[in-house]
This record gives sequence, structure tokens and C-alpha cells, in this order.
Amino acid sequence: MSGAEFVPLSLTPLLIGIFAAVACALPGNFLVLRKQALIGDAISHVVLPGIVVAFLLTGVIAAWPMMLGAAGAAILAVVLIEAIRRLGKIEPGAAMGVVFTAMFAGGVLLLEQTDTSTVHLDVEHALYGNLESLIWLDASGWSSLLDPEALAGLPVELPRMGVTLLLVILFTWLLWRPLKISTFDEGYARTIGIRTNLLGLALVVMAAIAAVAAFDAVGSIIVIAMFICPPAAARMMTNRLERQIAWSVVFAVASAVSGYVLAGYGPLWLGGTDAVSAAGMIATMSGLILALTARFGPCRSRTGAPSQA
Amino acid sequence: MLWDALTLQLGYNATLVAIGATLLGIAAGVTGTFLFLRKRALVSDAISHATLPGVCLAFMVMAALGGDGRNLIGLLAGSALSAWVGLLCMNWLTSRTRLAEDAAIGSVLSVFFGFGVVLLTVIQTMGVGRQAGLEGFLLGSTAGMLWADAMVIAAGGAATLALVMLIRRPMMLVAFDPEYAAARGLPVGRIDLAMMGLVMAVTVVGLKIVGLILIVALLIIPPVTARFWTERSDHVVLISGFAGGLAGYLGAALSASAPNLPTGPIIVLVSFAFFALSLFLAPVRGVLAAVLRHIRFQRRVHMRQGLLALAQGQTIYEPLTLRLLRRAGLVRPDGVPTETGKARSAKALRDEKRWELVRADQAHEATAALYDGLRDIETVLTRDQIAEIDRRIGGPQEVRP
Repeated sequence: MSGAEFVPLSLTPLLIGIFAAVACALPGNFLVLRKQALIGDAISHVVLPGIVVAFLLTGVIAAWPMMLGAAGAAILAVVLIEAIRRLGKIEPGAAMGVVFTAMFAGGVLLLEQTDTSTVHLDVEHALYGNLESLIWLDASGWSSLLDPEALAGLPVELPRMGVTLLLVILFTWLLWRPLKISTFDEGYARTIGIRTNLLGLALVVMAAIAAVAAFDAVGSIIVIAMFICPPAAARMMTNRLERQIAWSVVFAVASAVSGYVLAGYGPLWLGGTDAVSAAGMIATMSGLILALTARFGPCRSRTGAPSQA
Repeated sequence: MLWDALTLQLGYNATLVAIGATLLGIAAGVTGTFLFLRKRALVSDAISHATLPGVCLAFMVMAALGGDGRNLIGLLAGSALSAWVGLLCMNWLTSRTRLAEDAAIGSVLSVFFGFGVVLLTVIQTMGVGRQAGLEGFLLGSTAGMLWADAMVIAAGGAATLALVMLIRRPMMLVAFDPEYAAARGLPVGRIDLAMMGLVMAVTVVGLKIVGLILIVALLIIPPVTARFWTERSDHVVLISGFAGGLAGYLGAALSASAPNLPTGPIIVLVSFAFFALSLFLAPVRGVLAAVLRHIRFQRRVHMRQGLLALAQGQTIYEPLTLRLLRRAGLVRPDGVPTETGKARSAKALRDEKRWELVRADQAHEATAALYDGLRDIETVLTRDQIAEIDRRIGGPQEVRP
């Protein structure tokens, strides 16, 4: 395949997919270790009412209001979960289940009630995004990468996802020590003066930002898969946090690339004519990687502690 | 319009949906209770998302064999099969690897759902014309529900309910105390699996009405709601079934009464409304009850401290204490105690002294543990015991100048 075809059609979706996958996998490592993996699931559900409300308020499909709406909904959900957990003395899993299903139902209802036939806003899009459509029409080949005129026509999702990824990397790098200590031993972290509540909230907010930005480009299904599968697979490979994060990045990139390629070209190899959903395929590939590591990974089994979770 | 819907006067389809939704709500509420008490509520999320690839595969197989791809029984069988596979994957991940349950739930949920989305796009490109119904399983679609569909849902719901009733005792035991259940010789692993199997059955039955994303709500919200009203597990099961059934019925009726009201989300929102009401209004565990309890406690503390201050001749400045004493007729508006006030405060001071002796006495150790500064001593000691303590305190003595 030549550059003239690859650069405009596949380069940008591929890069966006990789950026989104890595941006979600990084905070995912800490969420999985802290047994908060399902926060990603909850956030990706409540994003829907957030963007619908943002659309109703502004009347346009624009990136910033929607991202603000989604972020607002994510924070509201986290606050509600915490409030219900404390006020009603309900275990966190059930509190989460109550909040995100109710908010998602509200989002679907709002969507049905408003006339969105003129704009591209529906539940299916929210769930599995549309990675394939983020093409770079102004490009004509590899040389376009140096051509400022063509670069101006890049899909906006690419720089936005890149900035989010940088933000996530910066967050992880700056707060590395406190994050690591408080993840493994919260009591010790408190005694040496780390404000663990605040740090936990910051982590969730960071995850929400990554989720919302990724959701905008690739849909919520990738978000949930990337929060959990690459870190979980990396967990099977090593006992050291540094290596686990490195592995999770490798797995995230591998599932993004292989998923995109298989979705785009797999059916053609099998004699089909049309591509299948890239987002779904990326999630599937991450699951395959997790299955392989769970079967053969060197550190897959539990040592010491009994199996009761 | 709403009244017509509530009394099932709104036509054939609406009636079918209302009956189906009610049965589904009851079955989901009852089954979900065990899941909730076992603290594994979100397992249902993984199970429900894992149905999607099965639905798609069943459609593809049935279409390839030349049949009608939308046969509900076939689709439900396929969804049950893939949900079962997802459940086994999740169990394997938690028992054989180091992953915690939440990570296992999340990975099964996202991977199975992602694979289902891939299959959905494959079906779209297969060129089989009648695939349009499959997206309906995401959020439920009751518009074109047939008599046969309703029968499948009703029969499935009833069968699930009967099974739950059959094995409710071992499930309850495992939910409360798995170690004790294991010590009694119950097969805890298999009972857990049976519990999940029942949840899966409810999920599959509910696919047509509320869809696979929102069925979780029917399994989680009613038990949480019911838990506010009672401390007894069998009552939780009953109330949860009732709340689920009522939400299903009201939701279906509401959605039939106006256009653009999708059944699944409305049922979930009605259910959530019940939850919110219970959260605030439930008699013991509700927020309102807790606030009232706090206010009552605060008043008792202020009253007690105010009486002690009066007895010792101290002036009271604290506004709440003054207001309480004045309202009870114990002090005059200028802060001077009335006759009753003097009597009550003398009694309060004497009680405090009695408690002091009780707490210093080893023989009253158990009673002393009840001391919280508010409890009336008459409620924990007999009249004879109090008389004995009073002898030790002694009566008033003459003060000689």
C-alpha cells in the first residue's frame, strides 16, 4: 500500500486510536490496582446524558460544549455515587449501578424527546464511535506531513487526543511517587502526608478527561476496554509497576494497530467487501491479548493471598 | 390517556408490553436481591453486555440456514449461550488469575460487547435485508412486540421466578456468609454459578423490553430500594419484587401514554424515582429519618446540659438551649428557672451523681457501659437499686454557718 493511499485514509484514524488507547491505559493501571476498574465503565455510560444536555443547551454539535457537558456529567456521577454510598450506606458497586444506569436512561430519554434527526447524534454513535470516518482528505502522501496547508486540514480529533495524551503522561509523571505509594499502601501514604482522598479524586478526574476525549473520537466501548484490558494483561506479565505500565502501553498500541488493521483489511482478506467496526475490533484484540497473558503470562497467578476477593 | 394506559385500555400491543414488563420487573427484582446481598451487583453488567455477540451469531446462523433471522427464541438462546461463556470467562479470570473481580467484570463486558459490535457491522454488510431489529436489543424495542414474544417473556420470567423460589435458602445463606455455608457442606461455587445463571436468565428475558444496557438497572435498583425499608432478607426479596413489578408496570403504561417515550429508559427512571423516594423517606435508614434522629439527639443533649447548668446556678447563653428550656416551661424569658425547672434540674444533677457512683462501682460494670450522658437511670436500674445508691449519696445536710 502506497503512502498516497495510507496517509489520507488510515494514518489519522490509526494515530487517534493509538493515542486514545494509551491515554486510557495509563490511568487504567492505577484504577485496576486500586480495584476501581469499573469507574471507567460508569463514566462512559454517563457521558451520553452529558453530551445530550450540552446539545440541548447550545443547539449545535460542537466539540467543546459537548466535552464540557460530558465532563460535567462524569463529575456529577462520581459525586452522586459517593453521596448515595454514604447517605444510604450502600456498597459501592450497587451505588455505581444505580447511578450510571439511571443517568444513561435519562440520556436516552432526552435523546428520544428532542429532534436530532438533522444532526449526527445517536446512541449507537455514542457507543461505538466512528473511527473510520476521521480521515485526512487534504493529504496526498507522506510529503503532506511537512505541508502546512495540508496539516491545517487534519481532523481536530487528532490534536485534541494528542493533547489529552500529553496531559495524562504529565499527570502520571508528576504525581508518580504519591500515586504509586497511595495505590499500594494507603495508610502509609497518609502517614507521610500525602492527601490520599484528593489524589484519588484527581485520578478519577484524570480518567474522566481521558475517557471523554477518547469517547469523542472513538466511542465508549474502546474507552472501557482500554481502561481495563491492557493494564490487566500487563499485570500478568510483571510484578513491578514501572514494567507493568510499559507493558500496558505496548499492549494498548498493539491492540489499537492490530484491531484497526484487522477491521479495515481483515474482511477483504477473507473475501468480503466492507470493513467492520474498528472500535469493536480494537476491543476484541485487547481481549485476545488479555486471554493470552491470562493463560501464559509469567506472573498470572495469585501468590500468597487466598483467592477470596 | 395515562389512566387508559394504567387500566390496560390502550390497545393490544400496549397491554402485552405492560404485562411483560411487570413480570420481568418482578423476576428481576427478586433475582437481583441475592446478587445485591452477595455484593456482586455489577456482575450483572458483564453478563448483560456479553449477550450481544450471541444475539448476532444466532442471527447469522439462522439467516445462513435460510430461516427467519429474527426468531425471538433463537436469538434468546444464542444470547444465553454467549452470556454463559462470558460468565465462565469471568469466573476463570477471578479464580485462576490474580485479577480482582472488578477488572474481570470490566474486561468481559468490554471485550464481549466490542466483539458483538464487530458482528453487528458484519451483519450490516451481509446484505440480509431484515437485520434492522438487532439494534433494538441494545435499548429494547417494544413497538413490534408479538403475542409469541410476550409469551416467551412471560414464560421465561415465571420459570426464573419459580427456580429462585426453589433454591432461595441456599442462595441466601451463601449471600450472607459464604464461609459458614461452605462449612455446612454446601457447594458454594455451584450455588454462586446458579445465582449467576438465574441473573443471566432474567437478562435474556429482558433483552426485548429494556435492552441489554439497561437490564442491569432492573436487577440492581429494586433490591437497593427494598433494602431501605427492612432489615429482614425475606422482606427485602418481597419488597424488591414488588418495587420491580410496579416500576415495570408504571413504566410500560407511561411509555404507552405518549409518543417518543421509549419503554426501557422510562421503566429504569420510574425505578430510580422509587429509589430516590426511599433514600429520603424510608423510616429507619432514610436520609430524612437520619436527620430527624440527629435533631432529636441534639435537643436531648442541649436539654440535659441546660438542666445541669441550671442546677449549678450557671447562666445559660447558648440560644438553642435557652429556647428549648423556655419552650418546655423550665425557665422564664429572662433566664431564671421556674419551679418545675428547679425540680427538673435538681433531678438531673442527682441523676448525674447516681451515674457517677454506678460507674465507679465494679458491681455495676454492665450497667455503667450503658452510660452516654443522656440515658435516664430509671430505665436501667430497678427502684431498689436506685434507693441503694441514694443511701450512699445521702440526703441533704444542714449547712452550719
